[in-house]
Amino acid sequence: MPPECIGYSDQTHWMIAIRDNQDREAFAKLFDYFAPRLKGFIMKSGTNAAQAEEIVQDVMLTVWRKAAQFDPHRAQVSAWIYQITRNRQIDITRKESRPVPEELKEDPGSEADASQVVGLEQEAGLLRQALANLKPEQREIIEKAYLGELTHQEISAQTGLPLGTIKSRIRLGMERLRHELKDLKQ
Amino acid sequence: MSAVTHHIPDAMLAAYAAGTLPHAFAVVVASHVSLCDHCRVALAAHQTVGGVVLEDSDAVPVSSSLKDNLFAQLDAPFVPEPVYDRSGIYPGPVMEALQGRALKWKTLGMGVRQDILTEDAHGSVRLLYIPPGQAVPDHGHNGLEMTLVLQGSFSDETGQFGVGDVEIADEDLEHTPIADAGDPCICLAATDARLRFNAFLPRILQPIFRI
Ligand SMILES: [Zn+2]
Repeated sequence: MPPECIGYSDQTHWMIAIRDNQDREAFAKLFDYFAPRLKGFIMKSGTNAAQAEEIVQDVMLTVWRKAAQFDPHRAQVSAWIYQITRNRQIDITRKESRPVPEELKEDPGSEADASQVVGLEQEAGLLRQALANLKPEQREIIEKAYLGELTHQEISAQTGLPLGTIKSRIRLGMERLRHELKDLKQ
Repeated sequence: MSAVTHHIPDAMLAAYAAGTLPHAFAVVVASHVSLCDHCRVALAAHQTVGGVVLEDSDAVPVSSSLKDNLFAQLDAPFVPEPVYDRSGIYPGPVMEALQGRALKWKTLGMGVRQDILTEDAHGSVRLLYIPPGQAVPDHGHNGLEMTLVLQGSFSDETGQFGVGDVEIADEDLEHTPIADAGDPCICLAATDARLRFNAFLPRILQPIFRI
């Protein structure tokens, strides 16, 4: 483990090893952690077990192939996999391709900023706690929203989670990237 | 970029992350996020919540063949999905919707032009070209409309909308957006209902123009 990565979660470690070294051992660990959760997540919205496994396989293959896009300064592994999963589910059920924003261009040689990565992980941990502390019916609504079972009109009627501090963290991760890109151009 | 003052509402970003926004609106959200760091950050926050929900899902064991099948595919050659970059004023998601074709502006009268990008039962998304001083085609009042400015600006009773700004209007908003002086205003406009022009096109023409 490179010394600058001390304090990272296992998931982040694995994902960086996959991104930088196409590390299959790390990918096997990531699979063992996420595949059963993914299957449970996909089945929650009514997909049968066989089709859920097809989607899991599809999502994990996409994770492997798009690993270069993973940036722990801006996104948790789970957040990144969540968006890939929802996009794949929409592609499959609606037979249409999801429009996605332009990717931020990343300098592949950029040095990791461990304090930013760990800071974002800590914020995500707090968010997880906040979610766990909600009343069961509130938590269920949040789950439904992110499982894709509520329209945006239905979501707007709900009280949201406090996202201010995690946004500040993500913003720092993005500004860092913009900064480096500017330095690169000069 | 920091000049953007009209953003995507939080609930819409959450619905976009979850994939429940109709396709036409998703094109507008993806385009705005391409132009706006504020909303890119907010979207990432929603993705973080989605990730927490995913990680906290009850684990369901996967069949033993799944991992083998997956690992057998890791070295298989594959064609990467095409990446659509910005072209001039048009963000990547607009270029994606164009699928490599050139713009085909169709005249709607009074110098106003449109190019329909996609249209289905759930809505449509189009580019609109409005000369200074002309009214932006009134594409709401039957449902929800989202209008993202790509060039120039327009103003209405609720304020001024410049490059990157999004106006969201529903049937309750009675407004008359007019393109400001300067460059012609080019917008990306989505609606979840059939458009009607109550300003200057007889309704009988709607099937012909598909508005
Ligand atoms: Zn915005």
